[in-house]
Amino acid sequence: MKNLLDCDRGEKVKVSKLNAAYDLKQRLISFGIMKDAELEVLAQAPRKKTIEVKVGKMRLALRSEEAAQIEVKKI
Amino acid sequence: MKASNEKIVCPITAKHIKVALVGQPNVGKSMLINSVSNAHLHVGNFSGVTVDKTEVLFDYKDYKFTVVDLPGTYAFTDYTIEERVTHNYLCAEEYDIIINVMDSTNLEKNLQLTSELLTMSKKLVIALNMSDEADKEGIEVNAQYMSELLNIPCVKVSAAAKTGIEELIETVVKKFEGEKQEPKLIFSEAVEEEIENIVSYLQKHNFEAVNSYRNIAINLLKENKKTYEKLHEEPIWTELQPIVIEASKHIELHHNTDDIKEAFAEEYAAFNRGIVAEVVKQTTIKSEAKTLTEKIDALLIHPIFGIPIFLFFMWSLFQLTFTLGNIPMDWIDGFFTWLGTTIAPTISNDDVRSLVVDGIIGGVGAVVLFTPNIIILFIGIALLETTGYMSRVAFLLDGFFHKFGLHGQSFIPLVTGFGCSIPAYMSARILKNDRDRLLTLFIIGFMSCGARLPVYVLFTGAFFAQSMAGNVLFGIYISGAILGLIFAKILKITAFKGVDEPFVMEMPKYRLPTFKLIWHTVLTQTIMYLKKAGTFIAGAAMIIWFLSNYPHNTNLDKIYSAKIEKSVSVKQKALLENQLAEAQLGESYLGRLGKFTQPIVAPLGFDWKMNVALQAGLAAKEVVVSTLGVLYSIGGDVDESSKSLANNIRQNIPFASAVAFIIVIMIYLPCLAATTVFAKEAGSWKYAFYLFVFTSVVAYSLAFIGYRVTLMLM
Repeated sequence: MKNLLDCDRGEKVKVSKLNAAYDLKQRLISFGIMKDAELEVLAQAPRKKTIEVKVGKMRLALRSEEAAQIEVKKI
Repeated sequence: MKASNEKIVCPITAKHIKVALVGQPNVGKSMLINSVSNAHLHVGNFSGVTVDKTEVLFDYKDYKFTVVDLPGTYAFTDYTIEERVTHNYLCAEEYDIIINVMDSTNLEKNLQLTSELLTMSKKLVIALNMSDEADKEGIEVNAQYMSELLNIPCVKVSAAAKTGIEELIETVVKKFEGEKQEPKLIFSEAVEEEIENIVSYLQKHNFEAVNSYRNIAINLLKENKKTYEKLHEEPIWTELQPIVIEASKHIELHHNTDDIKEAFAEEYAAFNRGIVAEVVKQTTIKSEAKTLTEKIDALLIHPIFGIPIFLFFMWSLFQLTFTLGNIPMDWIDGFFTWLGTTIAPTISNDDVRSLVVDGIIGGVGAVVLFTPNIIILFIGIALLETTGYMSRVAFLLDGFFHKFGLHGQSFIPLVTGFGCSIPAYMSARILKNDRDRLLTLFIIGFMSCGARLPVYVLFTGAFFAQSMAGNVLFGIYISGAILGLIFAKILKITAFKGVDEPFVMEMPKYRLPTFKLIWHTVLTQTIMYLKKAGTFIAGAAMIIWFLSNYPHNTNLDKIYSAKIEKSVSVKQKALLENQLAEAQLGESYLGRLGKFTQPIVAPLGFDWKMNVALQAGLAAKEVVVSTLGVLYSIGGDVDESSKSLANNIRQNIPFASAVAFIIVIMIYLPCLAATTVFAKEAGSWKYAFYLFVFTSVVAYSLAFIGYRVTLMLM
């Protein structure tokens, strides 16, 4: 399964599942990252330590560990 | 209702409306509050936490408004302090009406918080802020239709352009006077069915409740604690519980999840998408060209140039803080010296005069002295935050800092720590997560503050050649920072262990902050600093003053004054006066404590004088040099450049002891003022105690190692 960390810059994907633990899941949901949400990878910090994604009209920074817990599929 | 009660109690005054202002971060709440009123500021804060709510009072027609500006929150997940403060306030405090501020350009995201507010059964008005910006972006919001769909009044406003403000206030008044109405929140068929089940059960049993049955049903399904607590007491609970459990199971099954909150989030999202599809029209098709934010980001979070650019900004802020800040500092210092010398002659009693001049004026003066630095730093931080750059910094630096268990945003407080620990502790507020913030707070002290510089200069000057002293000084600073990172890691895997806190953060649009907004933020924070720190520190300074002045041995005074009278040269007189000061300090509680605890520090090679200097240094590092001056009898009025003090130190203190001394200065508590601020920022004095134990143990152990190693090498 592909996760958000595997995506390249500029790639547009759809969330298929959140594999995160309870707290992180709530956090992600409060930012609109939930099943069927569409994401676009905007930028990556050096060595992909943090990535920036677009959710709706919002830009969001995620640490690599968190991004790896978001399962996605290509649109 | 509360307001009408008040009217009866107090018929002369107008009606009071207490408004809770709620919104997600970056929707322009603070700016709206400025536009609504001519901000008659009333600064308040919640005890124990660092996040402050601001109350603004203003009059409109016959109404007296109190607007409580609550911290921005994405949802009620209680994840950050802001969320907790806002959630607790909305659930537990008394207020009449909620204004939900929204960013018109991003309704779908903003509606997520709104849908949670809709289930609260409170009067609600929606302010569609940034309507001017939405116009520019070609986004058309049909506020009328939205009001009908949600059954909640929605008003288009622009805090920046000051439009719609009057209409908003009018709507609030109307809503306040009118009856509470049930908001329309429609779920998917599956959920609606379950809600209907619970509602019909409640109807069948004629359950008595303030809130509507529908509201109770939704809150039960959402696992709202308060609703559960209330119904738990009721006899119908035994029958109701299985129905609720069954309903939850069905909903979870329907959403293919084992988490009811996730299911509801998806429900809300679907509802919100529906609302947005109905009321928002994108008139001009968004061009594929890059937005301004994207263009700026291409430079500022560039993989190569991003960090150097940031370092340059930080360097500039630093330069400003400690060069520009020094100018008014001299004035303030001058003012308090003048105040002391002016007041002194008017008090005849020696003890009272010393208490007022040295204790109170000196202590308060020391606090006020830092105000210019703090104001400049707050302006800088407010600029970084309101422009949206702060999030980019965290984005860039999180990778490096995360290795040491810190957070990307820890960088700013840590760097500030090199200047002064007080603003550093205060700037740690930018860390939204408790554990990240506490860890950063514990590490800040390792960054040597400006006040420790005189001690370093004195000792390096005494033991090293001029050419080497600078390098040694630099080495001290660097090793402090490295130690800080190492101890961050150690604390992270011991005291603050547990799963890593997630790093999920919004990168807001870049915005030019208005002068008024910056002023508002900085003023509020500065007043808080003066109020909090001022009262604490004035008290603490008086205690230290007392300890170092009492008991006063009048016999010593007599012996020395006789000697001083007999002496002929000015030099001899000064020497005798210093000997008197040394003898008196030795007799004081502080001196006795120094002598008494000397055996503890003996393994580090300290005599009682060094011990006293270190203990006095707990009050402020500036005191260390002057105390050493008194104790090594060359006069209390010395500074680090004093040649004779350096000579005396070289002659009286062995090199190994000096190394241990410097290590202790590097690590132990910065000063009393900073410690009080630390306790405030950490949220409890318990943490100040932990900090004291932590720094003391680390300082002692490392100083011991330093002492032994130096002895072996020499």
